[in-house]
Amino acid sequence: MEIQVEYYLIISTIMLFAGVFGFLTRKNTLAMLISVELILNATDINFAVFNRYLFPEQLEGHFFALFAIAIAAAETAIAIAIIINIYRNVRSIQVKDLEEMKH
Amino acid sequence: MEFTIFILLLPVLMFLFLGLAGHKLKPSVAGLCGTISLGTVAVISYITAFQYFTAPRVNGVFETLVPLNMEWLRLTEHLHIDLGILLDPISVMMLVVVSTVSFMVHIYSMGYMKGEKGFQRYYAFLSLFTFSMMGLVLATNIFQMYIFWELVGVSSYLLIGFYFTKPSAVAASKKAFIVTRFADLGFLAGILVLSFFSNTFSFTELMNGSCTSVLQSAAGQTFLGGSVIAWGLGLMFMGGAGKSAMFPFHIWLPDAMEGPTPVSALIHAATMVVAGVYLVARMFPLFIDYAPDVLAGIAYIGAFTALFSAVIACVQTDIKRVLAFSTISQIGFMIVALGVCTGKDAHEGLGYMASMFHLFTHAMFKALLFLGAGSIIHAVHSNEMSDMGGLRKYMPITHITFLIACLAIAGIPPFSGFFSKDEILAAAFKYSSMIGWLMTFVAGLTAFYMFRLYYNIFWGKEHKHEHTPHESPLTMSFPLMFLAAVTVVAGFIPFGTLVSSNGEAYHIHLDIVVASISVCVAVISIIIATIFYRKEEQPIPDMLGKKFRSLHTAATHRFYIDEVWMFITHKIIFRCISTPIAWFDRHVVDGFMNFLAWSTQEASFSIRGFQSGRVQQYAYVFLIGALVIIIGLLLLFI
Repeated sequence: MEIQVEYYLIISTIMLFAGVFGFLTRKNTLAMLISVELILNATDINFAVFNRYLFPEQLEGHFFALFAIAIAAAETAIAIAIIINIYRNVRSIQVKDLEEMKH
Repeated sequence: MEFTIFILLLPVLMFLFLGLAGHKLKPSVAGLCGTISLGTVAVISYITAFQYFTAPRVNGVFETLVPLNMEWLRLTEHLHIDLGILLDPISVMMLVVVSTVSFMVHIYSMGYMKGEKGFQRYYAFLSLFTFSMMGLVLATNIFQMYIFWELVGVSSYLLIGFYFTKPSAVAASKKAFIVTRFADLGFLAGILVLSFFSNTFSFTELMNGSCTSVLQSAAGQTFLGGSVIAWGLGLMFMGGAGKSAMFPFHIWLPDAMEGPTPVSALIHAATMVVAGVYLVARMFPLFIDYAPDVLAGIAYIGAFTALFSAVIACVQTDIKRVLAFSTISQIGFMIVALGVCTGKDAHEGLGYMASMFHLFTHAMFKALLFLGAGSIIHAVHSNEMSDMGGLRKYMPITHITFLIACLAIAGIPPFSGFFSKDEILAAAFKYSSMIGWLMTFVAGLTAFYMFRLYYNIFWGKEHKHEHTPHESPLTMSFPLMFLAAVTVVAGFIPFGTLVSSNGEAYHIHLDIVVASISVCVAVISIIIATIFYRKEEQPIPDMLGKKFRSLHTAATHRFYIDEVWMFITHKIIFRCISTPIAWFDRHVVDGFMNFLAWSTQEASFSIRGFQSGRVQQYAYVFLIGALVIIIGLLLLFI
């Protein structure tokens, strides 16, 4: 039995909004980073699904997903490096403690 | 003639050098530097004068040369402000006068100011003063003249207030500056009016007739009953009256005596006070062509000033103040001479030549008188005549030179003052016998008060001194002797062939009637002064002073003109005009600006929360915004 496209989309939507919600509400920068990963993964799913159902003989969507994964990996590396540096400087990775550049 | 640029460059460089590095030099070295540079300037001026006056004439007149002219500010296509050097007979004559007197004052100051605090500063200011006066004299256009005119005002302010720890000197310097600035307001307005109609600042263009048609059409336009050109020239004369201390702007000059004596000599004899005369002479062709009525008015102002200040000079007791009022009176003579001209022709314009001639000779003997007074003050440490008396035995050089200057200013032949004053009287008589007789009377008064001064200083009762008065050192007596020599011979210069109203050679011939009358008047005045003041006891002047007590008191108080000015400025201008304006400025203008600043600050405080640096907040706002836009678009298109 063929799985319908809507199911994929429901999952990716839930993941996307979970990511957005997490990004807005988490206090920990690592948790915020994970939320961003969720958003990216939700879009990756969308790329793959749309490619598979709408243009099955072509591969652009898959490659887009691969690119996004690669870039997400790089971005994560940088973000974690930043977070480590923040921790070294203020001994905390809580968002509320990062107020040195406020105003 | 390109080397004339050094006449301007040397003093200004010396000013910068002494002003910036002077305190590192020894005073004597600084003085020597200033004097040598000024000596060079004097030599250059003499060479310029020699070359200029020996150059061949073109159509019977000396050419007007402009060896240097740079455009500085271009306002419109025609109207531009230049800086340059203009050589014509009167500017070359002024070059010689200014540089000679200034040089003598530089030498003299080395002796007079010896040991003063701020000696280097003094020489720096002297250089600045000479520079600004030279710039004024050599100006190619009215605006350059105005720039240097103001510079002269500033440097006189600095020099008069040289003893800045003395309150009276500070007050005098401020008074001189403010009064002349006040008059300069008129000068500036005049420049603007004139240049608006003639479309040029340049003297050469104004004089050579290239804007005649414009001026003629402007002369037809009237304002309050006078042509606009006449108004412009009249306003310009207001500036000239301020600098030349004409009534009622004369009040600053006697107070300016608070400065060092050599400065008084410089300001009085050659530089600042003759600037007004020079200005009128410079604008003379325009006055004659477009504003003869203004010129007549100038003659009456000059005549009144001459009489007025001569009367005051008769009762002053401070020797420098007598000389100051005498200067005002003599400047009045020059102004009268310019005012009584009726045409550009050499005979009708006799007064022009006479005025310049008197300017020349007066500069020499008035500088001599002031430097002599300085020498006396140096010896007795007082300005009051009552502290002097019987000095002729102690100071022979000062005595003889002072006597020569007194004879010259009194108009006794063959001293130079006789020749120049006589030309003025001749011109005045030709214009109207009333002015002629008035000026003859003033000439008599001049002889009287000068010899009153002379007898009170060198004869009369001998006063007890702290130490016996002594003759001044050579640095001071040399300028006295030099100027005395010039005073003796200057009258024989064929002045009319060099400077005249239309530029053509004019051979001075003495008007025997006028000359004999004026000499008789002068001699009688001197005899009266001799009878009054020769003896140790002076019963007649005391008796006259008691008899005409009110007149005497009024004259001693300079006819209360200072008080009138105080009333006008304090009671009327300050209280009725300035106070409301100040209130308006402080409350309305400042209040509006403060409100603007305050509201900006409040607004910025209230919105600075947006820039919190919290990424989550940003994302939240972004998200809400995106939602609003999407919902809006959906509502719009569905």
